[in-house]
Amino acid sequence: MTTWAPPIARHSAALAKRSLIKTMRTPEALIDVTIQPVIFLLLFTYLFGGAIADGNRHTYLQFLLPGMLAQSLAMGGVALGQNLNADIEKGVFDRFRSLPISRAAPLVGAVLADVVRYLSVCLVMLLFGSIMGFRVETGFWPAVAAVALSIGFGLCFCWISVWVGMMVRTSGAVQGVMFLLVLPLTFGSPVFVATETLPGWLQAFVAVNPITPLVKAIRGLLTGGPVAGPVTTTLMVMAGLLVIFVPLALRAYSRRA
Amino acid sequence: MGTEDLVVRAEGLRKRFGSTQALDGVDLRMRRGTVLGVLGPNGAGKTTAVRVLATLLRPDEGTAFVAGIDVLKNPREVRRKVGLTGQYASVDEDLTGVQNLVLIGRLLDLSGRDARRRADELLAWFDLTEAAQRPAKTYSGGMRRRLDLAASLVGRPEVIFLDEPTTGLDPAKREDMWGVVRTQVASGASVLLTTQYLEEADALADEIVVVDHGRVIAHDTPDGLKRKVGGQTLRVRPADPTRLPDVVRLLDLVAAPGTSADLDEAAGSRPGAASVPVAGDEALDKLIPALRGEGVEVTELALHLPSLDEVFHALTGRTKAEELV
Repeated sequence: MTTWAPPIARHSAALAKRSLIKTMRTPEALIDVTIQPVIFLLLFTYLFGGAIADGNRHTYLQFLLPGMLAQSLAMGGVALGQNLNADIEKGVFDRFRSLPISRAAPLVGAVLADVVRYLSVCLVMLLFGSIMGFRVETGFWPAVAAVALSIGFGLCFCWISVWVGMMVRTSGAVQGVMFLLVLPLTFGSPVFVATETLPGWLQAFVAVNPITPLVKAIRGLLTGGPVAGPVTTTLMVMAGLLVIFVPLALRAYSRRA
Repeated sequence: MGTEDLVVRAEGLRKRFGSTQALDGVDLRMRRGTVLGVLGPNGAGKTTAVRVLATLLRPDEGTAFVAGIDVLKNPREVRRKVGLTGQYASVDEDLTGVQNLVLIGRLLDLSGRDARRRADELLAWFDLTEAAQRPAKTYSGGMRRRLDLAASLVGRPEVIFLDEPTTGLDPAKREDMWGVVRTQVASGASVLLTTQYLEEADALADEIVVVDHGRVIAHDTPDGLKRKVGGQTLRVRPADPTRLPDVVRLLDLVAAPGTSADLDEAAGSRPGAASVPVAGDEALDKLIPALRGEGVEVTELALHLPSLDEVFHALTGRTKAEELV
């Protein structure tokens, strides 16, 4: 590791490594970013796909997979808040707090380690999707861009989970609160059905839903369609998430005795 | 004592949690290179005080300096000087012993190699070398405590805070831990430890602070505390048990006012000796010539201080047994 890096970067990297060791030691903790998205993909394609897309499952898979990638990323962040909450309850963070490191480092380190989880979501869904018949219609680099954007979004969105993890008492409660948030955001979006089929009030929700631009951007990058607009909006959403939730999470962390 | 050799100096610390006044004006002073024992029942405020000094908690009021640095104004600098071992072992269960210690070393800006070397050194010292490559979740309670203590020593801190370091350990492991504390002090560190065990404070501490209901109710040396609270007892065991009545008669001559000598017949005490409460050390000066004059040979002659249990009872109005329920 480089010694000229600023301390916060070095300390965050050391703490990210800690999270990665923990992940490798408990591979079952990766179920929500490996098997679970696959099950959802199978479920929606074969159970609902026929009904939703007039019997053409392939057409529906092409529509569904990019959106479901966005959903899985949002859900993949939930575990982070739970883990951090458990760490604090166990007292592991007391040790970090008593060290001369930035108070943000333990949180930033944990978030950085989540890259592995979001990368896993992308690879598993693209590989398994291709077995099911999904085809990237754009090209290699747009697909890489889709994966990069997805991971970037995951890293920004998970700060909500970090904040919730600092605010609530138990790790079970983190999951409860996060699903209350993530389910409406991911289902009230263009992930599963075309927005035009929705009632007006729900269309209005979809229009302001921060997940919507991500769904459109990934769709554009993987299967064609407008890209520049949705990507720009997604980047703005990501910046907004960081600006709002990083300070909230840090404040909640330092207040938690 | 001058303030320059005080490594911990806290004045008027107050901290409230909801309706609980955890600290109600605590003053603490610890001299460099000594062990300060903070003794008190559960909920007395010991842990809160340690968390304030270790910069984990901001007090509502008061000032605190650790290693000469203002805890409130410059917590980051304080963290370079202190090591903390909390009440529950805060090791990472999924990491191995060596990974736990290397992580701390890296966070203290040691190079990878130095962090590894320091980890190996501490693991060997704490008798954990064999378990070094196993995840900490496979460790026994005592091993976890040792690893936790090792983690707080990675940075060779000047001031070590130990919050109930031996709670839950069996007696042999407790004495091992005492050995570690003594070694640290011998190598120049200052140790502030909280404990519910009176014998622990007595065995380790140069000075004891007794805390109750968020206040310091006494601060003295262990012996000073005992002297302040209860008198001393003089015990004599004659070589010839038939001389016991003579011993009792002589002891009565040096008894503290209003007391008299008794045969040691309490449960657990070996018969054949007699004891008497005395006012001070000068009782010995009178007794020894008297014994010699009457030709009484003795196998035991000792001045006993009261146990800290009695001290605690006298200061708080509760026995240790009561508050441990």
